[in-house]
Amino acid sequence: MKIRYFAWVRERVGKPEEEIALPAEVTTAGELVRWLKTRGEEYDYAFERPEVIRVAIDQMHVTADTPLGDAREVALFPPMTGG
Amino acid sequence: MAIPITVRVQAEPFDTAAETAKLTAGRTDVGAVVTFEGLCRSEDGTLAALELEHYPGMAEAEIARVAEEASRRWPVLGLAAIHRYGKIAPGAPIVLVIATSPHRRAAFEAAEFLMDFLKTRAPFWKKEHRRDGTEGGWVDAREADDAAAARWGVTSG
Repeated sequence: MKIRYFAWVRERVGKPEEEIALPAEVTTAGELVRWLKTRGEEYDYAFERPEVIRVAIDQMHVTADTPLGDAREVALFPPMTGG
Repeated sequence: MAIPITVRVQAEPFDTAAETAKLTAGRTDVGAVVTFEGLCRSEDGTLAALELEHYPGMAEAEIARVAEEASRRWPVLGLAAIHRYGKIAPGAPIVLVIATSPHRRAAFEAAEFLMDFLKTRAPFWKKEHRRDGTEGGWVDAREADDAAAARWGVTSG
């Protein structure tokens, strides 16, 4: 699964995107954020406040309980500040 | 009938007069044009530039979804929403929203709705660059923006 990071999430993780094979128990957007947090110091820093992280599955906003299903691309980012 | 909806995400400045003309030229049914431009503030002279990051593809799609929702809610005759990315200097434009309708209220409300939802749903992030050379960091999302979006009766996501 392609995972993309934006803004300070991208800076803290240290890369804009990566391909990740998810463990079978990671099935929702919220579980993905909590699992990523365990992958190392930089991930722990990026996801230190999992509740503020927004998730988009195949470029659509989703909530924490949304199943990842057969998503091609999951993006994680801070709350938006455009406009 | 589908109305003309222009959605663009671009690095270049936009031409407000040209975009307005596209929605009004040759038409006699438009009675109201509301144009909103958002500009980069200097933050009391401390800001050198704002750097706008976006999620290519999703940014356009999300603004288009917001514009389509506005066209369902109000009797608008045309909508345009253009958002820039990249480094933007104080005083320079960041975002343009135009709504046209037969009467002013629908145009005002549709334009405001577009801005409220664009701010809280479109994937853009602002990073400050300070004049003293330091990084100003990422601009925090404002709860006031979420509240502004929420008053339209849809969650901001």
